[in-house]
Amino acid sequence: MNLETSNTSTPSCALVLDCVSYGVNHTDIIKKVSGQFPTGKITALIGPSGAGKTTLLKLCNGLISPIEGEIYIDGKRIEEQSPMSVRRHVGIVLQNSPMVQGTVQDNLALPLQLRGKTLSDEQAIATMDRVGLPSSLLTRDARELSGGQKQKVSIARTLLNQSKILLLDEITASLDPSSRQEIEDLIVKLNETEKITIVWITHNLEQANRIGEYFWVMVDGELREEGNKEDVNASEDEDVKRFVKGVLS
Amino acid sequence: MSWMTLSLTLIFVFIPLLLSKTLNLGLERDTIVAALRSTVQLIAVGFVLKFVFDSEHAVFIMLMVLLMIVAAVQNARHKGKAIKGITWKLFVTFVVIEVLTQTVLLGLHIVPATAQYIISLSGMVIGNSMVLAILFINRFTAEVETHRDESELILSLGGTPKQSINRQLMKSIQASMIPTIESQKTIGLVQLPGMMSGQIIAGADPVQAVQFQLLVVFLLLSTAAMTSVLLGFLSYRSLFTERMQLMKIDVE
Repeated sequence: MNLETSNTSTPSCALVLDCVSYGVNHTDIIKKVSGQFPTGKITALIGPSGAGKTTLLKLCNGLISPIEGEIYIDGKRIEEQSPMSVRRHVGIVLQNSPMVQGTVQDNLALPLQLRGKTLSDEQAIATMDRVGLPSSLLTRDARELSGGQKQKVSIARTLLNQSKILLLDEITASLDPSSRQEIEDLIVKLNETEKITIVWITHNLEQANRIGEYFWVMVDGELREEGNKEDVNASEDEDVKRFVKGVLS
Repeated sequence: MSWMTLSLTLIFVFIPLLLSKTLNLGLERDTIVAALRSTVQLIAVGFVLKFVFDSEHAVFIMLMVLLMIVAAVQNARHKGKAIKGITWKLFVTFVVIEVLTQTVLLGLHIVPATAQYIISLSGMVIGNSMVLAILFINRFTAEVETHRDESELILSLGGTPKQSINRQLMKSIQASMIPTIESQKTIGLVQLPGMMSGQIIAGADPVQAVQFQLLVVFLLLSTAAMTSVLLGFLSYRSLFTERMQLMKIDVE
């Protein structure tokens, strides 16, 4: 991708990566990835284990920096923005949904507390309602919640930063089918009603087909296919074909 | 004590040597090296101290204290390789603590401003500070690495580096101070402090020896708190990049 297509003239792309590479100890994890995540859509980021999907999300949230290439958020270079504002604008929900010590309300209050603000009881109840959790859970120890409840609290916590882009790292991987469905419904609702751009890493191809409007297929640190469902199914790349058939996992 | 009498104490070196040989512990060489090094180092320090005490010259006193600080930095810095610039951070910590404690001790005329007092008390302060620094560095780097998930969560939500490791920082400061506080709770009951015992053996009045020991106890309590807090606040930022990203830490 050349820079002409990745600058401010492409407002329809919430996130644009231009020749992004990342590695640790001389091992390449992300290799010259160029691509875009359309604004207001749910992009399913799929690919076999070790493809560099989680690393890619961390790059987009600014938790790590590329060793080469540029990332643009709403047309602006990530390096030109303060790390804190990038992280608030591009929220990330991690697979293991870590909870800080304390109650659910303490966890929800965290993003505001980090800015020296407080979360009122009314705000806490409204936030719980937003993600479909009963307010009675607010006083519960956050670490005692079920996997599905923790993920919903994680999503709610990230949303309290008014994030316009939400990065989800296999958030339903360890959940039972009914909790998985609830989270899927919640994400689709957030995307439709609040126009939040979603990038969702999933290992589950059926789930990707259900929720994805746009697709990224990564293999071995490279972006091998990008586009709609038809583009992925018609891909010429052998690894993508094998992954779609379920041979490569 | 005469040199001849002192030589009889070598019996206490032969005992571990004999045990090591009999039980095949393989510690004979290390035991001999340790005994030789401590003998040479202490005799050398004895002559140096005698020279400095006799001269009572401020420059020699300061050089002696500086030597202690450099030796303490040299010893502690190996434990803190994960923290960028650990050498100067340790140096600043030890210098600040030394200056603060000596200002109180000499400024309030708690002890006379003589080489004998300044050097002896400085040795205790810097030595204790060095041990505390090593304890703190070990604990802090281990805590940050163990709770990396939590720190990254706070960073990912827009928190500052300080906010992301505040809990680990406080826990490490607390943990490094505990041994000093605990040992002081049992002082006089379980253990008789070395300095007090030394004074009593040398014929000092036990009550006066206790007074000096209390001075040292309070001094070391303050040193413990100051070392961890100063080093903690000087060090935490080095664990992050300019873009506020938590770096990988090699915990020993």
